[in-house]
Amino acid sequence: MTGAAATGSATGTTVAGDTLIRLEDLRVHFPITSGIVFQKKVGAVHAVDGLTFDVRRGETLGLVGESGCGKSTTGRAILQLIRPTTGRVLYEGGDLAHLRGRRLREQRKRMQMIFQDPYASLNSRMTIGDVIGEPLLVHKMGGKAWRKAEVRRLLETVGINPNTLNRYPHEFSGGQRQRIGIARALAVGPNFIVCDEPISALDVSIRAQIINLLRQLQRELGLTYLFIAHDLSVVRHICDRVAVMYLGRVVELAENAELYDAPMHPYTQALLSAVPIPDPEAEGRRRPVVLTGDVPSPVEPPSGCHFHTRCPAAREGLCDVEDPSLLEVRPGRWAACHLITATDSPHIRAGEDDFAVVAEGGETA
Amino acid sequence: MIVHGLEPETEIDLGLGSSASGASEIATAVGAAGMWSPDALLVEHRSLWGEIWRRFRRDKFAMIGVVIIILLVLVAVLAPWIAPHDPTRQYDEGLTMEGMPVGSSDQFLLGTDTLGRDLLSRLMYGARVSLVVGVLANGFALVLGVIFGLTAGYFRGWVETLLMRTTDVMMAFPIILLAVALVSVLKPSIWILILVIGIVYWTPMTRVIHGEVLSIREKEFVDAARLTGCSNGRILFRHILPHLVAVILVYTSLGLATTILFEATLSYIGLGIQPPTPSWGQMISEGQNYYLAAPHLVIYPGLAIMITVLAFNLVGDGLRDAFDPQQRRR
Repeated sequence: MTGAAATGSATGTTVAGDTLIRLEDLRVHFPITSGIVFQKKVGAVHAVDGLTFDVRRGETLGLVGESGCGKSTTGRAILQLIRPTTGRVLYEGGDLAHLRGRRLREQRKRMQMIFQDPYASLNSRMTIGDVIGEPLLVHKMGGKAWRKAEVRRLLETVGINPNTLNRYPHEFSGGQRQRIGIARALAVGPNFIVCDEPISALDVSIRAQIINLLRQLQRELGLTYLFIAHDLSVVRHICDRVAVMYLGRVVELAENAELYDAPMHPYTQALLSAVPIPDPEAEGRRRPVVLTGDVPSPVEPPSGCHFHTRCPAAREGLCDVEDPSLLEVRPGRWAACHLITATDSPHIRAGEDDFAVVAEGGETA
Repeated sequence: MIVHGLEPETEIDLGLGSSASGASEIATAVGAAGMWSPDALLVEHRSLWGEIWRRFRRDKFAMIGVVIIILLVLVAVLAPWIAPHDPTRQYDEGLTMEGMPVGSSDQFLLGTDTLGRDLLSRLMYGARVSLVVGVLANGFALVLGVIFGLTAGYFRGWVETLLMRTTDVMMAFPIILLAVALVSVLKPSIWILILVIGIVYWTPMTRVIHGEVLSIREKEFVDAARLTGCSNGRILFRHILPHLVAVILVYTSLGLATTILFEATLSYIGLGIQPPTPSWGQMISEGQNYYLAAPHLVIYPGLAIMITVLAFNLVGDGLRDAFDPQQRRR
């Protein structure tokens, strides 16, 4: 029903680069079973519910959304850590979902992940030299001496003293452990890295360093990033394009500046309105948009547009019946909303009681 | 803020003002500036096992247990050399005129048993039996438990259901009855005994390891290992198994107490080690009819069992406490 291929998605307009990763109607449904001996499926958590978009070579694509919207699951599904229920994940044209065993391990050299928790993502019983050297060993990339030299080189690249390679992870700070995780991801020489909230667990004072390191590495090594985060200000700083997710679906995908300056989808507008402004006086004056209700459960997502239960602009008979596809409504901008047309889009503002209402008039920009 | 570089003469002004950053934060800032963090020089190398050993050493009871076990092992190993008499030899002077066992004397330090054999020597040789059977049976149970627990916990699905339900069935059997049944069918020998005890004892080990594996496999480093291309086998043995060492050590030491006691029980009922080879349980069984007249026949073997089991329990508890405060130094 949903997920018809987005139109005109093959060629980009601003960021150069062909398509590296393409998702086609990606769905990840976790079954809910009941029963003691024989498990019967009684429902499913629709974590990812029909994703179709591209990641272009060399870009940093941000994936944002509330907790529980399916961002991390998407990242893991792309890398095949979680097997997609249906849909295709195309890497340079080849479908990853069908790969198994050795062929999958081969492909794993091309794409890696940086995990959120720098404490849990390193095996506490292995020295960091072993942790970083393991991918080299598993893929038989060279002899022992070469591996050791390569580990030292990788540690230097991320800013860790290579003489500490015999130490254990607990002897390092959080920021350093994240650097070690980055070194491990780089070891096999990937060209695509999923960054799953890489700085959320770090001290605020360290975050900038890690972000700068990631950007530096992207420049030097020509990496492509899928940057999953819930901190919109960080995403604004580092990403070329941004995709906004809600309840397992992408609702808007646009260039960084365009998304932040003129969001089109009602959910994006509400989301951006929730970001505080650092100026206390300006912050005190403005009125953020408040959405009614809670995020629906992914076990029983709403029919039609997932957002229609909370959207002030929702039209009965349309938004609660038909799934909106992610369409290129303007050159370089995709949105999944029935009400966004070539000339018109809903504008949400705070009503008298702060709850979201539709403003009169069409587009603002 | 001035930081000294690797050469003493170089100074780098980080321009951070006087901030309250900790040493490691300064170090990382230097790392980002193109040099690596100097806290390789600030933090001393702390090993995981060193911490655990230090905590264990401080536990007095555990150390007492260790001493007892060391003594026990020495006695068992050196028994042929240090036992004063042959444990199977029946001495005429070992029995009184009426044919009763003799009490403590110069020749027989702890007295004799009903057949005139030296009790002390029999106790020493009994230690060998207890230890050998206990260790081997426990080892067998351990291997089975680890294999089943790892497989069930890691692969989930029907494999897990099959293995764990089988374990449940095994656990539902009264173990003494099961052991009796098995030993009655097969001829009682030391190997059968080890097999029987091992079969009966793998179930709690499997349960514990299965539970541990379930929690370990969800950790992110397992995902990371899979992503770097590790095969399932490598993940199981190189990543998950090292995290099980703590559990295995604790349950093995407690398990040794149980298996030694179990061997004594089986020998007491007559299904374990057959005479004339001495076993503590068997000695109690032989001496129980004489306990009013010659209580030493029952007391000494009983004490031996009790002290041994206690020692292993103390060590097991000490190990568990040493591993438990998992202080991750951040």
